[in-house]
Amino acid sequence: MKTCWFLFLTFAKIGLFTLGGGYAMLPLIERELVDKYALFNRREFLDMVAVAQAAPGVMAINLSIMAGYKSAGFWGCLSAALGAALPSFIIILLIAIFFRGFQDNPVVRRVFMGVRPAVVALIAVPVFNLSKAAGITWKSVWIPALCALLVWLVKVSPVYIVLAAGLAGFLYGCKSGVRGEK
Amino acid sequence: MIYLKLFLTFFKIGLFNFGGGYAMISFIQNEVVFKHAWLTTSEFTDVVAVSQVTPGPVGINLATYTGYTAAGDAWGSAVATFAVCLPSFLLMLLASRYFLKYQHARPVESVFAGLRPAVVGLIAAAALVLCNAENFVDYKSVLLFAASFLAVWKLKAGPIAVIACAGALGLVLY
Repeated sequence: MKTCWFLFLTFAKIGLFTLGGGYAMLPLIERELVDKYALFNRREFLDMVAVAQAAPGVMAINLSIMAGYKSAGFWGCLSAALGAALPSFIIILLIAIFFRGFQDNPVVRRVFMGVRPAVVALIAVPVFNLSKAAGITWKSVWIPALCALLVWLVKVSPVYIVLAAGLAGFLYGCKSGVRGEK
Repeated sequence: MIYLKLFLTFFKIGLFNFGGGYAMISFIQNEVVFKHAWLTTSEFTDVVAVSQVTPGPVGINLATYTGYTAAGDAWGSAVATFAVCLPSFLLMLLASRYFLKYQHARPVESVFAGLRPAVVGLIAAAALVLCNAENFVDYKSVLLFAASFLAVWKLKAGPIAVIACAGALGLVLY
């Protein structure tokens, strides 16, 4: 019960500051749940991102559901998902009812001219933080680089990247047999 | 029955959207603007713009806004938002259960060992996609980016504090 309440509040906080799409949630989750409360480690966190990305629906919600389940089972994922969705629900509802044209407000525009580059930086930092947990070395750095280029420049859907990488990992695991994990 | 229609439409949107975020937008536009005419094209564009200046995933934002406009009350919002999350919730519940159960099985370990470097690449791509003229308007944006990056990476500043500071600086600088 206490964990559920904690998950709800933490994800509400995370949801409130997730500006600029699902990936903007990653640094917040990393900070709150991995570094501060150690509910799971970086490697497990990466695995969750992979599953959340491959599943249909809203990535941020998928990720909150996995993190919640991992931390406290069924009620944990319910609390986390509710927490993650609630701030945006309330804010958009208020905008729909009272403030149509909110995005054209000059103050809002100026604030967001500052926030946008910062959000890009927030998404860039986990790339470096997570590299070690992902087992990336100088010899394998071409894998993330290639994936990033395919999605960024060739516009390949991330879903295909996840499927291909999972298959490659499986085949590599079969081939290397007993040697197993890095 | 508008609530049932909203529920079914957004359930479908939640179920058949792979890739998340902006891949979702054109699919939602097709359903909400062209098929059901709950929003006009310009309203839809406005909501996408609103999503960029409000917290939360764009899929949730679009569901909440469309629900309100289509039904004329907050219940419409609640139904649409609930419906867009429901398929993820059910699927992820299953996925989480099996993931926790089998995460140490050898084949699953191999799959995830292959996935991890790719996911780091996906996160890098998410950052690269955002490096556009809309987010970087001038040299001040580049400085804000560099300062935020160093603050979080080297000084271990909290993301929330960084967003708040960047917002305040935006107000001062522009």
